[in-house]
Amino acid sequence: MIEILADNYGVLIGGAATTVVVSGMAIAIGMVLGLALAFGLLSHRAPLPALCGFYRSFWRGTPILVQLLIVFYMLPQAGIDVAPLVAAIVALSLNTAAFQGEIYRAGLLAIPRGEIEAARMLGIGKWTIRRRILIPQMFRLVLPPLINEAIIILKNSSLVSVIAVTELMRRSQQIASTTFKPLEVYLIAGAIYLALNLVLAHAGRRLEQRMAISGARA
Amino acid sequence: MIGIDTDMIARYGPLLLAGLVTTLRVCALASVIALLAGLVLALLLRARLLVVRGAARAYVEVMRGTPILVILFLLYYGGPSFGLVLDAEPVGILGLGFYGAGYFAEIFRAGFESIPKGQIEAARMVGLRPRQIVYRIQIPQMLGLIVPPSVNQIIILVKESAVLSIITVAELTKNATQMANETFAVVEPFLAVAVLYWVLIEAIARSGRWIEHRVRHA
Repeated sequence: MIEILADNYGVLIGGAATTVVVSGMAIAIGMVLGLALAFGLLSHRAPLPALCGFYRSFWRGTPILVQLLIVFYMLPQAGIDVAPLVAAIVALSLNTAAFQGEIYRAGLLAIPRGEIEAARMLGIGKWTIRRRILIPQMFRLVLPPLINEAIIILKNSSLVSVIAVTELMRRSQQIASTTFKPLEVYLIAGAIYLALNLVLAHAGRRLEQRMAISGARA
Repeated sequence: MIGIDTDMIARYGPLLLAGLVTTLRVCALASVIALLAGLVLALLLRARLLVVRGAARAYVEVMRGTPILVILFLLYYGGPSFGLVLDAEPVGILGLGFYGAGYFAEIFRAGFESIPKGQIEAARMVGLRPRQIVYRIQIPQMLGLIVPPSVNQIIILVKESAVLSIITVAELTKNATQMANETFAVVEPFLAVAVLYWVLIEAIARSGRWIEHRVRHA
């Protein structure tokens, strides 16, 4: 096992870096799309909530692997040629947008209505209310489920190995097929994923503590 | 709009349905393993011995921090190194089951913790055996709390079962990929498979809400 690590640590670190980049990009893009989706779901303009509900239903109701294959094979059919890495980020982003949208919707609903009414009375515009009052408070409320979602995306990013993105899982497969030591290689890969997720969970808890209002009730 | 070849879907209908049946069988067996192992783990997480508690906690953290794909590769390709030589389908069932157990353990743990300690002390005082306390007092009261997240977890398990296609289990996603390879079409197979998953998951979600209703009003 140590021999495999010594021989391949550069490749494994490179793979892990790609994993982090793919998941990080997906989470960031999903954040923007998810916020738009949450406001769409809560909107009162007729087709918007239904359309957003349909989007959420599809992306939450089908396996992420199927979604990945759909994005990877159908984009070229529609005349859009993209690299596997881009297809991977697009698929993961569209998927996490649906889950994040639902998290943000719940967070927005938890903010007392009186605050919005008061802000309106003071003549604050709709977008300013969202940007300065709703979104900052919502992020504090939804931090735990958001970190959870980030961990899920980091784990699911292993699936993009199927479309030949050379992230951690793909690199591990390559090493396993040259060393004929699958058990050791996948144990190492599992340990790296676990370490990444433990760091993410720890960072989440630290952030939660920092964002907590001192003296406020939970 | 892309044209859809309905003849092709009709021709490959039997293959897709066979895949769906395999998906159902795999998910049903894996759910049973995950539920039972999860219950045992939840009890171990509350064991008196620190070593037992620690081992159960480590198991849960590893399963929740590692991608299912890594677990499956460890069992399928790494398994022969420690004497586990099984076909793809049993490996898939075991992998999904062991993986899901980590998540179910946390759901059950939260359920156990929701029951006031006084009730258990009282039950002990009137001479109920530990086994009776679990089955007669704790589990019936936990149901309302654990049914919604358990249904959610089963839905996640069904979606994760798509990953079994990567270790060559002939389930729904695998058969759709075969259809795509044989026909050089991508729209029909992947749309068909997405719709099948979507319907399946919607059906589980609906029956979950029905069970939830029954449990709440029992």
